[in-house]
Amino acid sequence: MEAKVHECGQMTEKEQYSLLEQSIKDFEYREDNLIQILHMAQAIFGYLPAEVQKFIAEKMDISLSHVSGVVTFYSFFSTQPKGKYKIQICLGTACYVRGGKKIVDALKDELGIDIAETTPDRKFSLEVMRCIGACGLAPAISINDQVYKRVNPKKIHEILSQYE
Amino acid sequence: MVNIKINGKDIQARDDMTILEAARENNIQIPTLCHLEGIHEMGACRMCVVEVAGAKALQASCIAPVREGMEVCTHSKRVRERRKVLYELILSDHPKDCLNCGRNLSCELQALGDIIQADEARFKGELSSDTVDLSSESIVRDSAKCILCRRCVTMCNEVQQVKILNAQERGFATLIGPGNDLLMGTSTCVNCGQCTTVCPTNALHEKDAIETVWDALADPNKKVVVQTAPAVRVAIGEEFGYPAGTIVTGKMAQALHDLGFDYVFDTNFAADLTIMEEGYELLSRLVGFMVGAGKVTEKQAEELGFKGKLRQPVLPMITSCSPGWIKYIEHYYNGQLGHLSSCKSPHMMLGALVKSYFAEKEKIDPKDMFVVSVMPCTAKKYEITREEMVNGGYPNVDAVLTTRELAVMCKQAGIDLKKLEDGKFDNPLGLSSGAADIFGATGGVMEAALRTVYELLTGREIPFDNLHVEPIKGLEKIKSAAITLEGVKDEWKFLEGVEVKVAVTSGLAGASTLLDQIKKGESPYHFIEVMACPGGCITGGGQPRSDDADVRAKRMNAIYAEDEGKTLRKSHENKDLQQLYKDFLGEPLGHVSHELLHTEYVQRNRY
Repeated sequence: MEAKVHECGQMTEKEQYSLLEQSIKDFEYREDNLIQILHMAQAIFGYLPAEVQKFIAEKMDISLSHVSGVVTFYSFFSTQPKGKYKIQICLGTACYVRGGKKIVDALKDELGIDIAETTPDRKFSLEVMRCIGACGLAPAISINDQVYKRVNPKKIHEILSQYE
Repeated sequence: MVNIKINGKDIQARDDMTILEAARENNIQIPTLCHLEGIHEMGACRMCVVEVAGAKALQASCIAPVREGMEVCTHSKRVRERRKVLYELILSDHPKDCLNCGRNLSCELQALGDIIQADEARFKGELSSDTVDLSSESIVRDSAKCILCRRCVTMCNEVQQVKILNAQERGFATLIGPGNDLLMGTSTCVNCGQCTTVCPTNALHEKDAIETVWDALADPNKKVVVQTAPAVRVAIGEEFGYPAGTIVTGKMAQALHDLGFDYVFDTNFAADLTIMEEGYELLSRLVGFMVGAGKVTEKQAEELGFKGKLRQPVLPMITSCSPGWIKYIEHYYNGQLGHLSSCKSPHMMLGALVKSYFAEKEKIDPKDMFVVSVMPCTAKKYEITREEMVNGGYPNVDAVLTTRELAVMCKQAGIDLKKLEDGKFDNPLGLSSGAADIFGATGGVMEAALRTVYELLTGREIPFDNLHVEPIKGLEKIKSAAITLEGVKDEWKFLEGVEVKVAVTSGLAGASTLLDQIKKGESPYHFIEVMACPGGCITGGGQPRSDDADVRAKRMNAIYAEDEGKTLRKSHENKDLQQLYKDFLGEPLGHVSHELLHTEYVQRNRY
């Protein structure tokens, strides 16, 4: 399963839905497996738009409002597509006291989006994390897997400009 | 039985009772907010907390079972203070504009304040989202008024199984709704309005038609016609202080005259008409089936009057009076639409007749007519906007008021129903049989149809005491009966000995069970009655909200009493209806009927 998910970027939409249907089948169409199924769906599609939620509801014979209720309850699930580059700002205690909030504001200004949103060109998306384990380097952000240490608002533009 | 003490009083309670039930049985009232007997019992709001001796925490009495030797206090200082904090917390996220709220003086949250006596507001802060969803023709969702008690969620998901109302998001952002970007009007909501009857506040309520109706009444160029459904007359009295189950037919008719309606007609007339059309439709399906099976020749069918009228023999046939039910089957069982009777619901039939037959008779241009239906129903508000419900370019019905809205209009006009003398419906669309009255309770349409069809086939009355088909009376979810046709008239001889099987359900969960049977090809029935609301129209989504646990039974008994009080008890014996067929319609299922009284359905998606 891992390998398949890893290849998701190259999958056609048809392949994505057929993989999702297989997952639902593997989880025996059971409502108490809904959260696991949603995890699989998010791994396959990158996010959980209404069409994917509808597909899941229909295959499992449950209501769309219930699926949507679960999706919107857990912050791990996203109904917005993620950007090519996922920016995570640490707001754990150390980063917070060393000005993490200012980094959030600077990134929001620079990108023109709010937390949990993605830029219209789908290049960047913005998320907040609680501690990424880099407290000695606070305040820290990570973009995809690259961690930036002792960030200050003035550095933001320069950091983002490295991403094409 | 267990022995417990509540507020120092020795009480014997059944083992399976909750503290709340034991208290109420002994006339000790504990305030509740989210609790709905038999429907929503989950201890969510904790307003019903009580102190149990020896227990560390306060207990939610609505879910805490009684135990032998338990000592309970329902009003200790600790209990009163806890309730006050809970109440203040709810109020901290609730707009306190009670005076301009539609539920002022009928709000359960407000009524609770009278008991709690919260004289301060210690918790101040931001209010959560104030989205007002006006997308539906029937139901308005005002999230600012929502206290997240989740009664509507239980009603929508478990009782009705429509499943469009669920909690979305979490914490402070929590919102009850269909989710994604769907609204009440764009979701698969069937407009049954049961959510509006259980909502303790004004978060869910019917879309107001009161001003529209006042405007029509004030328009000197309009002839405003009103009609009332069978279930309104056994419930509207409650809004004026009468106990549940009081019949106020005459007073209601008088109130409508006093409000200034030009003609006061009775939907019951059209209920009798429905029986004629639907009864013949059932026969045409049965005969069509027999022709297909080679048991009846085409010639025989023609001789019985079914020339060119034989329907696809899709059985069981299912009633179509309940527009919530219609939208439900269109979304959820759209492969089974052929089972629906093609009859419009009675008030749509009456509207169509008002703007044709009656308009011609009185020489009124139908464009100057405005038809108002007073209904126990919120789904009828949606129904009148369906594009099929138009004849000659005019909508059959122009506005629908719920029973609750009519009560408001009476109060606005200074009419106290209690003080009125009995008035009468106008003719020619005002006379009705007892069979029409019982349309208002679950099982009524079926019984009315059987009274007529059985007699038509055999020349004798149905073989049941007092014309009541006992097995399909009552409030159970699914009821059924089998009647063997014996001694049928010569022309119907091919039906001799046939056992006609019927089923009746109210509430959409039961409908779903019967539809699943049909889908699997396992339905043993010929004819099924479905009403969207549990109990039928008597407890429809537009009826007065009641705190009487026996309200269904009381209104049902009133409906049957209204029927039994009449000498005219069978639809086909309605003289004005016979005249209507003679002068205008010709015959049941005829060309004019087909144009005015029958309709088609739409395949909709569930997702």
